[in-house]
Amino acid sequence: MDWSPVWISLATSATATAITLIVGLAAAAWRERHSGPALAPLDGIFLLPLVLPPTVVGFFLLLLFGRHGPLGQLLLHFGATVVFAWPATVIAATVVSFPLMYITARAALEQVEPSLLQAARTLGASEWRVFREIALPLAWPGVLAGTILSFARALGEFGATLMIAGNIPGRTETIPIAIYFAVEADDIPRALYWCAVDVVISLALLSGLYYWTRTQGFGHARRLAR
Amino acid sequence: MALEVQLEKKLLDFELNVAFTASEELLSILGASGAGKTMLLRCIAGLESADRGRVALRDRVLFDSGQNIRVPVQRRRIGMVFQNYALFPHRTVAENIEFGLHELSREERSARVKALIERTHLKELAHRYPRALSGGEQQRTALARALAIGPEALLLDEPLSALDTHLRSQVEAQLQEVFSTYQRPALLVTHNIEEAYRLGERLLVLSRGRMAAYGPKEEIFRHPPTREVGQLTGCKNFSRARMNADGSVEALDWGCRLRVNQAISKPPAYVGIRAHHIDFLEARAGSDASENVFPCWLVRDSETPFRETLYLRLQPHGQEGAYDLQAEVFKEKWLRFRDVPYPWHVRLSPESLFLTPE
Repeated sequence: MDWSPVWISLATSATATAITLIVGLAAAAWRERHSGPALAPLDGIFLLPLVLPPTVVGFFLLLLFGRHGPLGQLLLHFGATVVFAWPATVIAATVVSFPLMYITARAALEQVEPSLLQAARTLGASEWRVFREIALPLAWPGVLAGTILSFARALGEFGATLMIAGNIPGRTETIPIAIYFAVEADDIPRALYWCAVDVVISLALLSGLYYWTRTQGFGHARRLAR
Repeated sequence: MALEVQLEKKLLDFELNVAFTASEELLSILGASGAGKTMLLRCIAGLESADRGRVALRDRVLFDSGQNIRVPVQRRRIGMVFQNYALFPHRTVAENIEFGLHELSREERSARVKALIERTHLKELAHRYPRALSGGEQQRTALARALAIGPEALLLDEPLSALDTHLRSQVEAQLQEVFSTYQRPALLVTHNIEEAYRLGERLLVLSRGRMAAYGPKEEIFRHPPTREVGQLTGCKNFSRARMNADGSVEALDWGCRLRVNQAISKPPAYVGIRAHHIDFLEARAGSDASENVFPCWLVRDSETPFRETLYLRLQPHGQEGAYDLQAEVFKEKWLRFRDVPYPWHVRLSPESLFLTPE
């Protein structure tokens, strides 16, 4: 039995979650500071991947990153093709999980009492220090929740991945894609097998993560914030 | 060596417009809620931007709308104690105090924190989180944290209002102790008249964004410049007034003629007297010979733990519930004369009465 879909799925989800965490947090923190009606469409754009069908997201990504797409052309200059290669699975998973990270991180940052940030500023702290030492630790429970949601979404990603990464065994074949093609090939035992593996992995990871965040950062930070 | 403030800022339904200087002293800023007190502090600290004006601290200009100078909050070196104390919940007392000192070396930092913790009597609590502190302890932590940066001015926003009454006097004493060694400008915002009087040397009374009074506190309390300031400083009794040719004052609402010991340049519009200055004559000694003595009748009374508030009428009959004067007497005295038959006699001493031109 070839276990590569498991490793590909895990590597893709982990990488996508890491990117989403940084980019989503940065976007949320930036948006938290810059308000105004002119920026409202931005929120719509950030949340779009959540509501659009994954096929639409995948198609847009294909147009962007494909051979003739603007980003694809740019990457070609450096001799790189991302579509139908492993990075494409990461791009798809990142884009679809981003809204969840953004929306939860932003809500968590908004919950931080403004007077705490102001107090930090009167004590001479730079904006970066205010964020890193006050806002982020206090928003941490929410940020962690966003991270779990993002990871879960990345792990379950199928449609957009299929559009831009295809199904290349050993390279872009994640568990959900392996299941789809097993069913398509009428290989029911194989499909069932991957379904069981997916359930076990998801259950183990999510319950483990959830338990860990509750006992470590999550619950602790929440008790402190009270 | 002072804090000079001149600010204008349009607020929701009035304009904040103040100009004052605080030297190395504690200046109390008294005003009802919504008078613009907190906004004033926030503008000085740099948390809000004023529309026009200038703020200078010692030789540094922090804000000057004319020259387009706006020093950011971080570099103003003004300590601020927030109304809810704004302690960082995820940091211990010591870590809260340490926050503003991160540019110092580790040794210097811990020495400074140690000294501040001793000065504010927080030694046993240094490793506690804010949630495990009482209100007074939180307030001391907030003060120590603000003092840690060696601020060139200190702003305190209602530092005692979040505390239980029984804690207040104790915390107030500790605040005074800290201030006795802090030789720089400090502004204390409060809506509590007694707090403002006890803590500050001078007083600034703020009303809807304007300075209604500004000066030595004794002077403002003895002779409020306007009726509004009189009311804001707790005076309950005012009557429209007119000066008579012989120098006596006609109190139009009270329907009596008064002698007042106050030289004024402008004709008086009102005459006032504080509730506790109204003197009850238990035996009508000297009868008519005594000036400013009037018969009175009780309309109703209300009880506080140690004093009795009496609502009095200067005529035997009048509209139901209407009264002329509100007086306050100690319970002991009240118990002595409550059963004396009407009319009672009150004396409005010429020294206690004051006149205001508006």
